[in-house]
Amino acid sequence: MVHSHDKAFLEDAQALVRDDIPQSLLPESVAEAQEHRVVEIDSHALNFGPQHPSAHGVLRLVLEMEGEVVARAVPHIGLLHRGTEKLIEYKTYQKALPYFDRLDYVSPMCEEQAFALATEKLLGIDIPERAKWLRVLFAEITRILNHILNLTAMGLDCGAVTPALWGYEEREKLLEFYEAASGARFHANYFRPGGVARDVPAGLEDRIGLWAREFPKWIDDLEGLLTENRIWKQRTVGIGVFSSEQALAWGFSGPCLRASGVPWDLRRNQPYDNYHKVEFNVPVARQGDCYDRYLVRVAEMRESLRIIEQCLDQIRPGPVKVQDPSSARHPERK
Amino acid sequence: MADLSINPHQGRLEGQLGALAFTFMTSWAHVSSAAVEKGELVVRIGREHLLGFLTTLRDDPRYRFEQLMDLCGVDWPQRVERFDVVYNLLSVTYNRRIRVIVTTSESAPVPSVHHLWPCATWWERECYDLFGVMFSGQPDMRRILTDNGFEGHPLRKDFPLSGYEEVRYDVERRQVVKEPVSLTQDFRDFDFVSPWEGMLTLPGDEKAHEVRQGMKRGI
Repeated sequence: MVHSHDKAFLEDAQALVRDDIPQSLLPESVAEAQEHRVVEIDSHALNFGPQHPSAHGVLRLVLEMEGEVVARAVPHIGLLHRGTEKLIEYKTYQKALPYFDRLDYVSPMCEEQAFALATEKLLGIDIPERAKWLRVLFAEITRILNHILNLTAMGLDCGAVTPALWGYEEREKLLEFYEAASGARFHANYFRPGGVARDVPAGLEDRIGLWAREFPKWIDDLEGLLTENRIWKQRTVGIGVFSSEQALAWGFSGPCLRASGVPWDLRRNQPYDNYHKVEFNVPVARQGDCYDRYLVRVAEMRESLRIIEQCLDQIRPGPVKVQDPSSARHPERK
Repeated sequence: MADLSINPHQGRLEGQLGALAFTFMTSWAHVSSAAVEKGELVVRIGREHLLGFLTTLRDDPRYRFEQLMDLCGVDWPQRVERFDVVYNLLSVTYNRRIRVIVTTSESAPVPSVHHLWPCATWWERECYDLFGVMFSGQPDMRRILTDNGFEGHPLRKDFPLSGYEEVRYDVERRQVVKEPVSLTQDFRDFDFVSPWEGMLTLPGDEKAHEVRQGMKRGI
């Protein structure tokens, strides 16, 4: 504060003070008066990320806050963009495949599947039956892996730590199946154009079957922690609501679309590999909020277990790759 | 229980898509081609008629393509209008997909579809960022994926894989600096030519070969 008897002196001093004199050389009272003039700070714009423990990936957000509520968010994406399309311009189809593990490191094999299916469609390849079953089997294992991480990380963000601790144990079991089949826990490089990389080791199907019988207990435990939990419902019901129309306009797909009340499932509506040979239900919810997306994912995990069991019933020994090297060979560039 | 042994989707869909392709060819004067390619319906149309066509596809009860699943660019450097812009639409009502393709050049803008599908904004920004395609009527034409201050459009075929600039943290200047790319080894491009089929100089053997051929005097 500037005292009143200093005022006259200050005004004189300010008339004399030149702008280019550094702050540190000014008389103390003058410097203080200048500081008081600088007031314009918008304290409600927050920078979030790019590296932040709760950002689930490298994402930068500039948030405009109204108290605790985010009024506007300006996302800066692209920090994890690695130019995959450019890189695979210089690669053959087989060499391009491992890049797809890295697109979404929470569901690597499903990304591989999309690329392998597209390549096979372009080349006109039909892959052996056992390869199709293995793909369906591991695609569903991947779905469960993905949903576990999604749900338990969502729990973490709402303050529930236990589901994440339990979930990681189950994920490790599933990643062991990954490792047994492909040799890698995450970047599997397992689904290839023309089939899968190699057959699964002996006994793996039994181990997966054993696990599939135990896993419903884990889902029950998860639901016991969250589904009727009052805090959980307070923080998810009615949050992030998307109506069916909005979900369609914004290009939603998968469980998010189904949580908004659109009964559309690619596995059912446009089946690929062997999804037309298994029976499963498509869970749909109506409200389109965070809670419904949670419920849909939990229900989907149970359906995935049904699919896994049907896979294990119907899978038979046989080749896992296209045998004809002329059609499986990747065409050379140029 | 339905017969689960055959994929019921395929055969039925092909016929429907063929009929749709015929409808587009006959009833839309501006559609330059409509065909079922590898089981997928592909329609090519002039870009000035794009908005009307896509609006019809979205709103007409016969088509009802409610979702824009993807929008991307393709670069054909040898063409005059070098870019394709591809719209992949999905109808969840009729369970069909359609691909609409327009062509454009580096300067001619394509009408933006963000009024029809709000999700198009990010894809149009991506297409602008990576290919340099302009979209008219798009209010937010910023780059989306590349770094701040990036120049060029990296998915163009004439953009080199290693780029022009690289970024590193300079400890002495205590800031991130941009420098021209310097590769510690030459960019390697394997051509897989078999040495038994007409390959005279083996890789790594170039000097000895030159000496043998008398092209270069031995030291």
